[in-house]
Amino acid sequence: MPSGHQPILELNDITKAFGGVEALRGVDFALSPGEIHGLVGENGAGKSTLMKIIAGVHADFSGRLKLDGKETRFRSVRDAHAAGIAMVHQELSVAPDLTVAENVFLGNQPTSRLGLVQWRRMAREAGEQLKRFGIDVDPMSRLGDLPIGLQQLIEIARVLFSGARIIILDEPTSALSPPEVERLFATLKRLRDEGTSIVFISHFIEDILRVSDVVTVFRNGRKVAETKAAETSKSALIEAMIGKGREALEETYTHDIMLPPAVERPVVLNASGLSLARSLRDVSFDVRAGEVLGIYGFMGCGQLELARILFGKLKPDQGRLSVAGSQKAFRSTADARRAGIAFVPESRRDMLFLQEPVYKNISISILDRISSLLLKPSREREIATRQVDQLRIRPAAVELDLGMLSGGNQQKVALAKWLSYPPRLLVLCEPTRGMDVGAKNDVIHIVRDLRDKGLAIIVLSTEPETVLSLADRVIVLKRGAVVREFANERISKDRLLEAA
Amino acid sequence: MTSGESATVPASDRKRPHRLAALLRSQMRNIAPFLTLICLFGFFAVASPSFATLDNLGNILTQISVTGIIAVGLTFVILCAEIDLSIAAIANVTGIAVAYFTLQESYVNIANVPMPGWAAILLALALCALLGLVNAFGLTVIGIPSFIMTLAMMQIAAGISALLVRGQIAYKVPPLVTTLGSTSIGGIPWIVIVAALMLLGGHLVLTYTRFGRYVYMVGGNREAAEYSGLNVKLILGSVMVISAVCAGIGGMLGVAHFGSAQQNEFDTYLLDSIAAVVVGGTSLFGGRGGIGNTIVGLFVLGVLNNGLDHVNIDSFLKILIRGLILLAALIINVYAQRLRERTAE
Repeated sequence: MPSGHQPILELNDITKAFGGVEALRGVDFALSPGEIHGLVGENGAGKSTLMKIIAGVHADFSGRLKLDGKETRFRSVRDAHAAGIAMVHQELSVAPDLTVAENVFLGNQPTSRLGLVQWRRMAREAGEQLKRFGIDVDPMSRLGDLPIGLQQLIEIARVLFSGARIIILDEPTSALSPPEVERLFATLKRLRDEGTSIVFISHFIEDILRVSDVVTVFRNGRKVAETKAAETSKSALIEAMIGKGREALEETYTHDIMLPPAVERPVVLNASGLSLARSLRDVSFDVRAGEVLGIYGFMGCGQLELARILFGKLKPDQGRLSVAGSQKAFRSTADARRAGIAFVPESRRDMLFLQEPVYKNISISILDRISSLLLKPSREREIATRQVDQLRIRPAAVELDLGMLSGGNQQKVALAKWLSYPPRLLVLCEPTRGMDVGAKNDVIHIVRDLRDKGLAIIVLSTEPETVLSLADRVIVLKRGAVVREFANERISKDRLLEAA
Repeated sequence: MTSGESATVPASDRKRPHRLAALLRSQMRNIAPFLTLICLFGFFAVASPSFATLDNLGNILTQISVTGIIAVGLTFVILCAEIDLSIAAIANVTGIAVAYFTLQESYVNIANVPMPGWAAILLALALCALLGLVNAFGLTVIGIPSFIMTLAMMQIAAGISALLVRGQIAYKVPPLVTTLGSTSIGGIPWIVIVAALMLLGGHLVLTYTRFGRYVYMVGGNREAAEYSGLNVKLILGSVMVISAVCAGIGGMLGVAHFGSAQQNEFDTYLLDSIAAVVVGGTSLFGGRGGIGNTIVGLFVLGVLNNGLDHVNIDSFLKILIRGLILLAALIINVYAQRLRERTAE
């Protein structure tokens, strides 16, 4: 690859902190013209932060940024745009109520001299561009009516054909099917050969190796390796990402963990053949009493949807669920709760009443057990006080509005509300996300304790540590399908990452 | 705070004055309407000698009774962060229905279906409950936003009213309705007693029952209510039916109170009921407020309407002033919500 050229973009000694936490520490990065540069690293390693600096999202950082050899600084996304830099963010950012053509031309619709939008020209050009990308849709259809993968492709197409010289793609393939990924890669290579520079971030290391010329590895806000893609391997990259044994982190789980043999206990939940649109394909598993099943996969692998099916929030297109041997079709989350299923979603705001006192948050899911028509506030407080004690929620004041508690304590409250009348099955999404070490350990102990009391528990996470520290058995989801199960064998972080 | 962590104690001590301010700010939605009421009352008491009399207090109570009965159900709806625009039309059609099923004088030219009084009342109640169920179905099963669903229902109920009376006026309603709507006991109008009992009932349900707690939780954070395993649709459906039935009762007693049943008789009650609930400080975003707030709101509106008559003001200006007061209350409502959110974070 043309590495002899002067880099089109060069960053030196970049440091960026968010509220005292350093997301990037003294990072150097260079991008050559006509190269595809892959970035890998764990969640929070700093890849996205660096790219957002390049795309003008974060204007406030220390270090130097040189474009075409000239030092510059982008104060806004608009600045970066004007310099020929465009980025596709991890989260879909399209306007679902506008047409496909409007989305493709978002912000620069072709206008006539009177300032009117030239609809016909816009539709024609959008259609042509998308066809070059292998997408055949009516440019005048509403974007939100298309499947999510197609929406993502259209968003990517918009950026690819915006004429930018530097294109940054953050996790572009998570919602795409294999043929769509192929088409994307073919287009990326063509653009590269035409001289565009591309930065490609992905959790899928095979993808990175297939499409990139150069790969850079981030770990804990530092750049730890840069190598030609042809000269490295998946296992070498994973090792660089997690820093095998070289850095003493709080809990790295780089060593092997022996998963215990299967428990001889009754099956609490059996899922068979669950499918949901583009999110899940033929997912089957079961969970036994006294067992923690870990479900691991990257962002967008279908976990969130799977968890919501288990709790009656989403209905699967196909497949069956049975709880303790009897088949169930949940019509609402209330049905699932009555069947003995408890659920904690990944986002705290979605499960808590921040403006209500702690005790009301804890009692909400058991009101029909502890009271009939009339409420029994003293009983609610008594139960809440016991839970607050057991889970060591601080401050231990059940009358306080929940919003006054710290994030980790709020998360414990979300757990506490299910525990006073233990359910049969507890579904936990990202149970330790955003927690400090102390709170994390508390949660690990609570979960193990519940398992030992005979609960069936499912832990879904995109963080390998969470799954490794909690699960007795692990299944790995990839693009909506189960690709690997680890049971009664040795498991480690790199094997988990390898499987995903 | 019963926290044993010694490190947090001095910190919380230092914050005490700040806490008081936070408490005041978080209670603003309760304090502001009450202050408004006191100011208005004081103003009219000074401005007009005939205002602050026991007689006039009775007038005010009677004047706000029909609105009060309708506002009970609406309070449930707004606490769930929904809205019901069909209440006035449902009140109207229920009042007309109860007259339709009562034998009218011979000069009333309506092709009505006379029935015993109890049957007329039951049929009228069934009608308003049914219309409430249609609202509930549209909102929860089909997924039409309540604003639009009840806007359609407003037209539907008005249409049924029109078909029943065909531009005529009916006068007779069953004896029970006549008694409750237009007679007094021991100097206190029955309609005031009914309104007071319904407000009390609404308050008890909201404060002391499981259903009431669910209403607040669904309004406070619908997503969280669903993830806590509550049947959110059932709760939303129930409040729409409660709202329609309260409106229906208000409509029947209103017809007896006014002495006639006719088209468009309750039109002003839509705005009045919404105003009473919102002026009282119940959050339009749901989860905050209650019947206590609604009562204060009713009095603010009642004192304002009645007082403006006493100070002999231009009746056209009166409409404008009511509008401005409502706007001020809405501003406070939204502002109080924001303050509260900020203290919660």
